[in-house]
Amino acid sequence: MSAAAEGTLHDGDGRVLAGVGVSAGRVIGRVKRMPDPVQPPADGAPLPEGADVDSETARLKAATQAVAAGLKARAAAATGDAAAVLKATALMAGDRTLLKSATTLVASGTSAESAIWEAADAVATQLTALGGYMAERATDVLDVRARIVAELRGVPAPGIPDSDEPFVLCAVDLAPADTATLDPAKVLALVTSDGGPQSHTAIIARSLGLPAIVAATGTTALADGDLVFVDGITGTVTRDPGPAEEEIAASYANRAALPDFDGAGTLADGHAVPLLANVGSGSDAVASAEAGAEGVGLLRTEFCFLGRDKEPTHEEQVEAYRAVFDAFPGRKVVVRTLDAGADKPLPFLTDDSEPNPALGVRGYRTDGATPGVLARQLAAIAEAAELSEADVWTMAPMISTPAEAERFAQLCAEAGLRRPGVMVEVPSAAVLAGQLLQRVDFASIGTNDLTQYTMAADRQLGALAELNDPWQPAVLHLIQATADGGRAAAGTGAAAGPGAPAGTEAAAVAVAADSAAKPVGVCGEAAADPALAVVLVGLGVATLSMNRRALPAVAAILRTVDLAEAQRLAGLALGAASATEAKQLVRAELPDLERFGL
Amino acid sequence: MAERTATIASRVGLHARPASIFAEAAAEQPVEVTIALEGEPADEALDASSILSLMGLGAEYGTTVVLRAEGDGADEALDTLVKILETDHDAE
Repeated sequence: MSAAAEGTLHDGDGRVLAGVGVSAGRVIGRVKRMPDPVQPPADGAPLPEGADVDSETARLKAATQAVAAGLKARAAAATGDAAAVLKATALMAGDRTLLKSATTLVASGTSAESAIWEAADAVATQLTALGGYMAERATDVLDVRARIVAELRGVPAPGIPDSDEPFVLCAVDLAPADTATLDPAKVLALVTSDGGPQSHTAIIARSLGLPAIVAATGTTALADGDLVFVDGITGTVTRDPGPAEEEIAASYANRAALPDFDGAGTLADGHAVPLLANVGSGSDAVASAEAGAEGVGLLRTEFCFLGRDKEPTHEEQVEAYRAVFDAFPGRKVVVRTLDAGADKPLPFLTDDSEPNPALGVRGYRTDGATPGVLARQLAAIAEAAELSEADVWTMAPMISTPAEAERFAQLCAEAGLRRPGVMVEVPSAAVLAGQLLQRVDFASIGTNDLTQYTMAADRQLGALAELNDPWQPAVLHLIQATADGGRAAAGTGAAAGPGAPAGTEAAAVAVAADSAAKPVGVCGEAAADPALAVVLVGLGVATLSMNRRALPAVAAILRTVDLAEAQRLAGLALGAASATEAKQLVRAELPDLERFGL
Repeated sequence: MAERTATIASRVGLHARPASIFAEAAAEQPVEVTIALEGEPADEALDASSILSLMGLGAEYGTTVVLRAEGDGADEALDTLVKILETDHDAE
């Protein structure tokens, strides 16, 4: 990037804003800021000066109609679930009962803002009390209320801004609800001043293939209409881009196209690294199979449970799992049992009053507090496996001790499931991986949680973004320890390794040794980073599972190195002094990253 | 006063999409229509065109509700709305 100096007039005075690049891509575009959340009006504020009950009632009515019309127009332009949700919120905004209770308050001398705020509050409280699905709709009522108040105040509505032109979305951080309404055709890049590499912003950006930078604290100064260059690879935002930045963006736009994934992950020497998909539903599984995934490395079963106030029935579960299994006949499908708790609460299983839910009763641990749900889920998985042709493996999340691993293996055996395994997310599981793997057939490393627990850094905290990075050498050491554990446990337990594929003589020896080892995979976001994927393979990881969109990039880069080179690069990363240094050292040795704009 | 009873046919109850469809249809009628759970007094009935009232009603699959309306076209309006309640909108 030496050419950058030429077009740069004000470097060093805040023209270049640094953050953490979490999704590759280089674009130039105009900023649109996520509006600030609507501040609540004062309780029972009086009619504004100069207004009377009639004029204030008319103002309120006009605002509700404007919001309803706006939402209705968006519903007409949307499709599927989004259209249904928008239509329902449009009806809420124009709801006669809501307007009636608000106008009654206006008639008693309350301002329109305070009146609608209070009236909607009563409705939301009532819906929350009904629980389950209705409690979730309370959020919609509060969203509609914020929109009406913004309309009354003449400020932009909360949520992703509307625009005809594609823009660079700048925000403090994005909530899951914001990212759900994000239109990838309208957004060029995501830039947040807060949030870390594993925040919702980062995850949604990678899944949509949008360049993204998080924890760029200086970007709070950017305003609507500012022209910026966003570099998701170096993690920098440059104001007033000149010819140098235009050239970089243009060369990114003209990058070599990634070949489609051909369905066989291998290194340059033929060493096989099966590339699997992380999926969360039957339709997701079908799309992943079409994208060439060699199986499923992580089936998140929460899709069957979330948003419900009661446990799904055995039949419902069997049907949901079969939809995934049937997309991969003869292939491996790794099912993760219910991972409720922390950021995924479930009314019938988790306690939402925990002061520190990330360190609370979550994942496998919920079986201690609420026994039965897990055994019933295993029975449903076993029946679905029986009815399909997929090779079903089953693992529990948040396993911390060899004893827990042993008990889970027992539960699987009782359900008739042949391949029990564990997730490695808690550092204790990585440290004792050899002992855990004597009791189960495989392990899969969840790098998002393993990083947060190893570095004692909250996933959502922008200030800790540098710590909360799977490139951290300490995390890489624990991944290596887990893979070593898999080799140490070779030949123990009931598992018999699969036949070794053909290769060169040296590779065949290595493969033979590895096939006796208990396989250790990675199914966190780390596996979707092509440079990090090379390091993971060098550390001894056997399979990588990722969002299907990452398959072509990871496959292309893995094919540029042999096993010895991957091991050498892993050594560089293990010896680095920081995540940034590890990433730089490895990326410098992988020239094809630049060619493909990764 | 015209009156009809109807049994909710949507599996998810009178929530979400079925509630939107019903509220919208009720708003299109020439008369004001109210809705109440069977057995509840008529003066506690709610505005049938209010999606928020419908959601607060808590009518599940199989619940019987009473629709009421007055004036010209009341019978036709209620017949139309009963048909909507007795259709399973989730199956579409």
